[in-house]
Amino acid sequence: MADATTTEADAPAPEPPPTVHGHPLTDSNGQPVVHVPRDKYVALIKQLADDGYVQASDLTGIDYLTHPGRTLPDGIVAGRFEVVVNLIDIEHRRRLRVRVQIPADDVTCPTLFDVHPGTEAMERETYDMFGIEFTDHPDLTRILMPEDWEGFPLRKDYDPGEIPVQFSNDYAISGRPSYVPGVPPS
Amino acid sequence: MSTTINTPGTDEAERLALIRQTNEGGQELRPRSQLTAKELMREVGAVLRLSEAEAANLGAIEDPAVIGTTGDVSEQTMIINMGPQHPSTHGVLRLMLELQGETVLRCKPIIGYLHTGMEKTGEELTYMQGGTNVTRMDYVSPLNNELVFSMATEKLLGIDGDIPERAVWMRMLLSELNRMSSHLLFLATNGMDLGAVSMMLYGWREREEVLRFFQKVTGLRMNHNFIRPGGVAADLPAGWRDDVLRLLDLIPPRLEEYDILMTGQPIWRDRLQGVGVITAQEALALGTTGPILRSTGMPWDLRRDMPYLRYEELEFDVIVGTYGDCFDRYAIRLNEVRESMRIVRQILDKMPSGDYRIQNKKITPPPRARIDESMEALIHHFKIFTEGFKVPEGETYVAIESPRGEIGCYIASDGSAKPYRMHIRGPSFVNLQCLPHMLRNCLVADAIAIISSVDPILGEVDR
Amino acid sequence: MGIVQDIRDEGLGGLQHNALTGKVEDLIRWARSRSSWGATFGLACCAIEMMGTGGSHYDISRFGMEVFRASPRQADIMIVAGRVSQKMAPVLRQVYDQMMEPKWVISMGVCASTGGMFNNYAIVQGVDQIVPVDVYAPGCPPTPETLIHAIETLHGLIETGELLKRRAATGAGANVHITEIPAAVEPVPVLLGASPKGQ
Repeated sequence: MADATTTEADAPAPEPPPTVHGHPLTDSNGQPVVHVPRDKYVALIKQLADDGYVQASDLTGIDYLTHPGRTLPDGIVAGRFEVVVNLIDIEHRRRLRVRVQIPADDVTCPTLFDVHPGTEAMERETYDMFGIEFTDHPDLTRILMPEDWEGFPLRKDYDPGEIPVQFSNDYAISGRPSYVPGVPPS
Repeated sequence: MSTTINTPGTDEAERLALIRQTNEGGQELRPRSQLTAKELMREVGAVLRLSEAEAANLGAIEDPAVIGTTGDVSEQTMIINMGPQHPSTHGVLRLMLELQGETVLRCKPIIGYLHTGMEKTGEELTYMQGGTNVTRMDYVSPLNNELVFSMATEKLLGIDGDIPERAVWMRMLLSELNRMSSHLLFLATNGMDLGAVSMMLYGWREREEVLRFFQKVTGLRMNHNFIRPGGVAADLPAGWRDDVLRLLDLIPPRLEEYDILMTGQPIWRDRLQGVGVITAQEALALGTTGPILRSTGMPWDLRRDMPYLRYEELEFDVIVGTYGDCFDRYAIRLNEVRESMRIVRQILDKMPSGDYRIQNKKITPPPRARIDESMEALIHHFKIFTEGFKVPEGETYVAIESPRGEIGCYIASDGSAKPYRMHIRGPSFVNLQCLPHMLRNCLVADAIAIISSVDPILGEVDR
Repeated sequence: MGIVQDIRDEGLGGLQHNALTGKVEDLIRWARSRSSWGATFGLACCAIEMMGTGGSHYDISRFGMEVFRASPRQADIMIVAGRVSQKMAPVLRQVYDQMMEPKWVISMGVCASTGGMFNNYAIVQGVDQIVPVDVYAPGCPPTPETLIHAIETLHGLIETGELLKRRAATGAGANVHITEIPAAVEPVPVLLGASPKGQ
């Protein structure tokens, strides 16, 4: 902007947001997080494995049904579920987190088994707890719950199954009295 | 007329109904005839070990070179069930093995028999109560669970750089002592599984000494809930240095006894050397960490490579094996006890004075004496213990080195006083995936040795 | 003869007390209480404390219980040590059914007694929903002293024969609740010798 009459009025062009292989990179409490759409997810993990992130240390799901609101970078469509993968680069001693949005009407996700065989049990657990089906997973059965269990326990619309306890001190927090004088406890 | 007293519900129909209830359907190992070639390849470990051509051959027929017979295809294989109640599976681990004679061909661990819904329970408890929940996952090294949960909470709160020095060093001291007690338990159970039953008594004898120290400091022998977000729950009691020095004098000669009893002994070596071999590439691909990964020759220890607390100020060695077999894992854990003692000695010298928890009234409760004097202290105490402190919205993953490997805590918070999602990456859960690979072509007796050397704790496997 | 037919009809309780059979019955009950073998049913953290109780410091071998038989056919006492999940419940019942009479159950720890701190979908809220329990030992985990107290209480009840008579009548367990002995800094050794009144 070579205008001789202005000095510092023109701000420099804003830097483009950081990306990893074309996908937006954000910072979460000092840790790098990449957000990737579902269809490019396995390709990104493969590229990251070539970059040095040789081990998937953790794969889990999360149900954002009752969350007040989370910030996502532009271009990422929020879904009810997320699959979160934590990768580790042993040679350079660094970690990276990858988050994939899963919509509520199509609760599926591609499997990472071919890239990281160690995700087999973790994906089974995510299926068992959230109902996210991993396509092409070699053995997608329940792992923690009994085989005939119905429902996916860690979803937010699944009741914890608490038996009401007399004289519970939850009253101060939840406002729900568990003992009402004159009414026999159930 | 029968002389036995019939317990209710034991007639034949109910008994059969019970047997049907213990059948876990699709989670179990299916007979060879019901598997497709691709599934069979995966179950025999073809994913990592064999080339496609070799695996394709294996899927079709019994491979004579592998089994050692003359290729008689009519030899039947037998699927047996080990567990979940069994003296040699550490906790309620169920293994289905397909045997040909004494050789294990395929193995499938079936877990979930200790599933406690801890991650769901964690969403109902405040961050201060969360430690009581998390500590019962890996119940043999509970302080490490509490540590990783507290560190993740502190990262979300933004105070992870403000924890007082004394609290940090106390955390390290307790974490290393817990590593010692966990490895002593491993030595005890490993010995007992392999037949050195007196090892059970010796290992527990030493472990009792460490537990007695924990009882003095934290008030409990196990499941302490001592390491909390903001620091630790209480200061070290007077005379703690003498107790730790007593421990450090007591244990080394006993470790020498274990060396005499086990390490150099021919029976022990024959049972463990060359058994359950896994290579570094396989271990990395399967997500394995901890002593199993180190036994393959890969020197990865989070305390040294991605240091947390003040481990970068301490001098210690990372014990690495060579062959990736059970003997290496045993030797690594035995020597890690010695390294932990070396660390504890350095902590004894360097322990700073100061606060044992961060002086942030919103997070750590005030001392009990202050509650009588100050209204504000009373209110803070009340708020922290009933409603809990609020944690800003965000998500984080923190990992430390537990005696079993990398234990990680992923917390996503929504700004309230309870975690929105609390997930613990249990090292044993991921390490169990290497069992089928290690167990292929070993004998049934070796299967016991291999499971024991993986040292799973089912509390953190099933959560 | 008459005595043999009495035993066939009603078990040991059918023996009419006379100088000879009374002594035999006492002897059998004494032997049962002094050498009961536990079935290994360690599930979670309480199992670690149970193993610690079997260790040399707390030593339940002095009560005749250091042998933990993996085979339920050879076991007398099932110490349910730890939280029982929904998946484990049928297995627990199967193992209990395989045990031979007379058999007793100690529910060790709060998770086995009532579900403990885990009041949720995954944990059976008390193992007494599945098997009849004779002694409940509180604690999370119970200290070895508490477990020894529970075992000795049970031994006392076995020695008096109360439990078997009650079980024949109602089919239920003894439902004895004991108080927890908290962990002491310098642990006090537990008094030896089973007291017949189970206290």
